[in-house]
Amino acid sequence: MGQVVIKLGKDISTDDIYPGRFMATVLPSETPQFCFFNRTEFNARLKSGSVAPGSVVLADENFGCGSSREQAASAMKGFDLIVVAKSVARIFLQNAINVGARVVLCPGIEGSEGDELEVTDTEVLNKTTGKAYPIVALPPARQAIIDAGGLIPYTRKKLMEA
Amino acid sequence: MGMTVVEKILAKASGLRSAKAGDIVEPKVDLTMSHENTALVINQFKEIYQGTGREAKPWDPSRLAVIFDHRIPAEGPKTATNQKLIREFVAQHGIAKFHDIRGDRGGICHQILPQYGYVRPGYVVVGADSHTCSHGAVGCFAFGVGATELASVWALGVALNIEVPATIKVVVEGTFPKFVGPKDLILNLIGKLTAQGANFRVLEFHGETIRKMSTSGRLVICNMSVEAGATCGIVPGDEETVRFLKEEAGVKGKIPCVLPDDDAVYEKVVKIDVSKLAPQIACPDMVDNVKGIGKVAGKAIQQVVIGSCTNGRLDDLAIAAKILKGKKVADGTRMLVFPASSRIFAEAMDAGYIQIFMKAGAVVMNSGCGPCLGIHQGALGDGETALATTNRNFKGRMGNPNSAVYLCSPAVAAASAITGVISDPRDKSRKDPRKGGK
Repeated sequence: MGQVVIKLGKDISTDDIYPGRFMATVLPSETPQFCFFNRTEFNARLKSGSVAPGSVVLADENFGCGSSREQAASAMKGFDLIVVAKSVARIFLQNAINVGARVVLCPGIEGSEGDELEVTDTEVLNKTTGKAYPIVALPPARQAIIDAGGLIPYTRKKLMEA
Repeated sequence: MGMTVVEKILAKASGLRSAKAGDIVEPKVDLTMSHENTALVINQFKEIYQGTGREAKPWDPSRLAVIFDHRIPAEGPKTATNQKLIREFVAQHGIAKFHDIRGDRGGICHQILPQYGYVRPGYVVVGADSHTCSHGAVGCFAFGVGATELASVWALGVALNIEVPATIKVVVEGTFPKFVGPKDLILNLIGKLTAQGANFRVLEFHGETIRKMSTSGRLVICNMSVEAGATCGIVPGDEETVRFLKEEAGVKGKIPCVLPDDDAVYEKVVKIDVSKLAPQIACPDMVDNVKGIGKVAGKAIQQVVIGSCTNGRLDDLAIAAKILKGKKVADGTRMLVFPASSRIFAEAMDAGYIQIFMKAGAVVMNSGCGPCLGIHQGALGDGETALATTNRNFKGRMGNPNSAVYLCSPAVAAASAITGVISDPRDKSRKDPRKGGK
């Protein structure tokens, strides 16, 4: 269960999630401070510790479009934010899976800031409005990476098998 | 059942007789590419080997390309230190396809790869940069990934769990009107498809207009395919591909091309006739917010940028120089030019373009990504507007969330630099304000 801490529109780019001017910072331990940096108020809330782990970033279509910078996914993971979006751009989705950031594809999702969402294996239940929305399952090949705990352990396993 | 170009490439690279959209494959990788984010790739790569007792060595250093372009010369100590660590890694593993900050063989990764013949028809190319899709211009399957996925390829030599993408066939016919070209075509297509219209899909380009287009132009349309969400843009290899690789990239020997089957299965077919296309402008703050120039002409601009992996090639500089020759950049507007590589810079000097730009008042910068992604060199002030030949105009893209970026062709950028407002290069009444035009 997580509360919607910010509601975003469509086509949220990775420049918005993690501005280019902080790209020299690469380590997952250091990227979270710049998460949504240009959204000054939200960034301040994240850094103040007032956003609970498991909180939801609710987005419309094409979340994470643009640059392949993995910092966008690692920064969100640093605050344990869950993306619930109508659709997600390919590279961001793969980066999130690879680094273990949580993304839920929910084409019909409706909700507002402050709503409480519960994510199950098959749907997102908006407990505030009482409505449920089906989620799109990831292809098995991607789920396998999640199940392994991310692409690093998954690759490590493949490497040892080879 | 017939296969598309990408299905054929992925089938062969995966050791399969055939592949179709939706199949999961593990293709062998012919080339990887990374830039300053190699610092993160190295970090993730070393983590893969932790606890394995094995030495962290890339599977085949001859297939790794490392190119500095995003922040050159370094804008601060953090970048400089990252670059230093990358140089040490490159030396340690004997990575020959390394392009450091140099005035002889440096440049933007998406220019260096084709220019040095590192990419070929039929290759599988994985790059830690979203515009890796550019290299489909020479008929290979090239796609962008994050740093961890690239590290995984370094370890294994294959790309894991790749879902064969569906393909949209784009058929382009007609001859471009004067001052209209590949950038206008791809902006128009992105406007039609939307920013997510090709998400998880390939754009395969066909038609008479594409066949007649130079590799430089094909790089423009494949480069921006990702702005419609595409995994890759691809032009099936042809005579021009072979000519480019032999004559301009110095590739020796046979260059076999991969062509789609006649009965290949496409998700859909999009047809475009460019013969009446007007110059196209992508307006803030999305690349698919595309309008004909008539709807935005007259908008005041404080910065003009010509360059980037999209439009910093010799033909781009040539058309800009032709328009700017003997003219001046308007007061209140600054113009920055970034040739896409050192070689292009040198060729532009030989052709006299650099002199034309400087006499006009433009600042010619070293080859690199420049201000495109808002890291250094040419950030915008609060409330300022830029007109750029780059590929993205997201809010904050050029370093400041309180600024706006319009995207256009080199011809529009040059014509607009003279007037200080977005201007149609086809407009003969366009006057140089310095000369008292009305």
